[in-house]
Amino acid sequence: MAEMKTAAYICSGCGIGERVSTAQMAKIAQKEGKMALVREHACLCDESGVQTIKDDIEKEAVTHIVLAACSRRVKTEAFNFPTVAMARANIREGVIWSQPEDAEHAETTQEMADDYVRMGCAEVKKMKVPEGNPNRASNKRILVVGGGVSGMTSALEMAEAGYDTVLVEKSGALGGWAAELVKRVPSQQPYADPADTGVAELAAKVAAHPRIALHLNSTIAQTDGAPGRFSVSIAQESGATVTEEVGALIQATGFTPYDMMKLPELGAGKSPNVVDQLGLEKLVKAANGGAVKRPSDGGEVKRVVFIQCAGQRDESQETEGRHLPYCSGHCCATSIKQAMYFKDANPDIDTMVMYTDLRVPGTGEDFYRSGQQKGVTFTKGKTSSVEAAGNACKVSFKDLILNEDVAIEADLVVLATGMVANSGMNIDIPEEEVEKMEVKPISILNLNYRQGKDMPQLKSGFTDSHFICFPYETRRTGIYAAGPVRRPMDMTQAIEDATGAAMKAIQAVENASLGRAAHPRSGDLSYPIVRLEGCTQCKRCTVECPFGAIDEDEKRFPVFNESRCRRCGTCMGACPVRVISFENYSVDTVGMQIKSVDMPDEFSEKPRILILACENDAYPALDMAGLQRKAYSAFVRAIPVRCLGSVNTIWITDALNGGWDGVMMMGCKKGDDYQCHFVKGSEMASYRMSKVDDTLKQMGLETERVATYEVAITDIERVPQLINDYAEKIKEIGMSPMKGFA
Amino acid sequence: MSEQATARYTNDFLREVEKNVEEGHWVKMCMQCGVCAGSCPLGSAWAHPPQEIFMMIRAGKREEVLTSDSMWMCTSCYNCMVRCPRQLPITHIMHGLANYAHRLGLSPKGQPTQATATLFWNNLIKKGRVNELTFSLALYFKDGFVQGIKNALNMQAVGFGLMKAKRLNPMEILGGHAVKDQAGLKAMIAKAREIEDRKKGFAK
Repeated sequence: MAEMKTAAYICSGCGIGERVSTAQMAKIAQKEGKMALVREHACLCDESGVQTIKDDIEKEAVTHIVLAACSRRVKTEAFNFPTVAMARANIREGVIWSQPEDAEHAETTQEMADDYVRMGCAEVKKMKVPEGNPNRASNKRILVVGGGVSGMTSALEMAEAGYDTVLVEKSGALGGWAAELVKRVPSQQPYADPADTGVAELAAKVAAHPRIALHLNSTIAQTDGAPGRFSVSIAQESGATVTEEVGALIQATGFTPYDMMKLPELGAGKSPNVVDQLGLEKLVKAANGGAVKRPSDGGEVKRVVFIQCAGQRDESQETEGRHLPYCSGHCCATSIKQAMYFKDANPDIDTMVMYTDLRVPGTGEDFYRSGQQKGVTFTKGKTSSVEAAGNACKVSFKDLILNEDVAIEADLVVLATGMVANSGMNIDIPEEEVEKMEVKPISILNLNYRQGKDMPQLKSGFTDSHFICFPYETRRTGIYAAGPVRRPMDMTQAIEDATGAAMKAIQAVENASLGRAAHPRSGDLSYPIVRLEGCTQCKRCTVECPFGAIDEDEKRFPVFNESRCRRCGTCMGACPVRVISFENYSVDTVGMQIKSVDMPDEFSEKPRILILACENDAYPALDMAGLQRKAYSAFVRAIPVRCLGSVNTIWITDALNGGWDGVMMMGCKKGDDYQCHFVKGSEMASYRMSKVDDTLKQMGLETERVATYEVAITDIERVPQLINDYAEKIKEIGMSPMKGFA
Repeated sequence: MSEQATARYTNDFLREVEKNVEEGHWVKMCMQCGVCAGSCPLGSAWAHPPQEIFMMIRAGKREEVLTSDSMWMCTSCYNCMVRCPRQLPITHIMHGLANYAHRLGLSPKGQPTQATATLFWNNLIKKGRVNELTFSLALYFKDGFVQGIKNALNMQAVGFGLMKAKRLNPMEILGGHAVKDQAGLKAMIAKAREIEDRKKGFAK
């Protein structure tokens, strides 16, 4: 880009002009901010305001602009100038709306507005217009791993949308577990009877589709690359390997039924008349429309008992929680369906579902009622044992309604065991422990990533994804998880899931081809730039990147895979020598803002509190607090950050050295039920800040001068309270002695 | 395993209730939420609240259910029925079960609600109208002669008051008034009984 020419635009609309002196702000932009051009406007977002800016860009060759108006989160369509670097000083939400409108507060309100202008000017001068990832690649084929209902649905959806798809299936046929089912739980009105699975039709469509390339009896030998340029080696049954070049992947590797042999107390392995749900499907299929016979002797089946939660939801002391801790979600409805196999054929057969909590969400409730209508009985009880008794089984249980121990006989016992995710290797288990394992874990994706061969898991072996907001997003950019590998689910949910993941994969290949970031900074053209000559090969960036975007070369220098990067800046926050930056977001863009404010002296009674707020949750919460006119202390200055993970400790040190009295860091919830948009960002920040106390002590400052908070986007009431409480605390501790040195 | 245990939790009794008890086909639709049990104003006086009765039916506890006095405790306040999320006509089922137990002769002997209902019915079908005097007297003396005299003396003032207000005619003791077509009434009741017997499995 040509030489930098700066311009500042001060808006006096939306009441800004009535509350603060825009003339003074303009003067500050010119004198302190050193802006080449400064203009005031009565309503910057209207046609004439936008035209003024456009004209300056075209005729005056302005390259860097500061808008002192409303929050950067609003009016993004009007203020869309992609050819210039732009900083926005939040005068509306951040100043006049967050400050009481009275004479008493006029002075501090003006100071706030002035500082935000200074900060905007300081920031913009360090920014560049992002040019987009130079290592873009535009392969738009998508590979699906797994040929079950989820995988087939994903493949078909993408093929129908016009994307060439490669489907890799381990076995010799499409269909997965669903192909083993006689019927499925209904997904359509009136939700009363078992329905055709539709798997054969789906498989036929997939096999015949011109846009779908099928690899049966094949596994993934290696996955290399990044969105837009994955190279996947597929190992075939013959031993040959073929390579498919694709732009994105969907992992729909489903589940394995929990091994019922781990449940000898429930009769598994003790009697052929005890089966799991898939075992029953096999029996019904084998009967081929005739009556299901007792496996032990071919005798007549008069009574079937279904035992729910077999080896699931196990947190009990006696079993030491050795079975699955979670509910697999589908099994109650599945047992009702299977009981109907019997009832529909012969209403005289007694079928009893033994449950502790019957979980049939949504339309499953209609199906439950239909089961009751058909005479399936339901007993709230806890099974203690199932034993073989001649050709029958003795089922001992406690009736939880009648509160008594009972033993009954059944010809057939069906155990509703749960789903175990086929998510490959748990990359968090250290290698030395893997070596000790009897059964070695087998990788599915065989990723050629330094962070491990498969996708990270959160708990219970399911792939990690943002459970609430972005379920299909995993921690490997361009690779999406769909179906029961992500969480336990039934067929209807798996189909929905597969469709969602298909759309995400399409988005990923499109973004990659344009050199843009994927979710959650979808469309972002900036990318991490590393100044390798300053790098000390400490590996913190490669280790801390939540998305496995950074590899290492032979000399252990980081190798950034820009298209795997989500642009959170966690690497930038981690780097001790500060050689990682983005064109429009760097140690300097924030650092200069911190250094630019006017710092009142120790005796002014005007402390300064820096807020580093996550732009995803905390910063919107601050804006909304302003929108609702919830006043907070005028001593704070807020800077939005991409993620708390991108906060480099140098900012904190600089702030404290520069005389700031306190630093509030606001990020998302961390832990198992994290809400961080970048998964590990807030956790990393919290970890780094746990070590900041030493720095504070070294500087002779109180540890309270740096505080970290978890703030959700809904904390509109809480955020002003947090600020005011903190301001009060700073008042108690007193002003920082570090003023006037910077 | 005892005979009793093997028969437990089969659907035999549930099917019997479904077939023979008024509104009995609803029992299988109970989802054991317990709202009825929690809603019954006399719940604490019941040995088994409706939720439990329904579970006992499914558990095949025929004897225990039919000899229970629980369903006789229902005062027909309809609270359970209004609140049942599955819209079971619980009040009607309770009455249906009580009647079925009574017809089978399994209901608890001397259960006051049952005794009163029996006296009421027998009084009513004699002449097609309830004779309040003979019905009251029958109630007083249902627990023996001495208790009857005591009851009558206790109610003396009320009785005279009713007579004064012309709400009670002492001459009714001689038989009282009747519906016009007594033969027709008898035929009607016989037919109703025949239909009921057929429905409830008592037809000979």
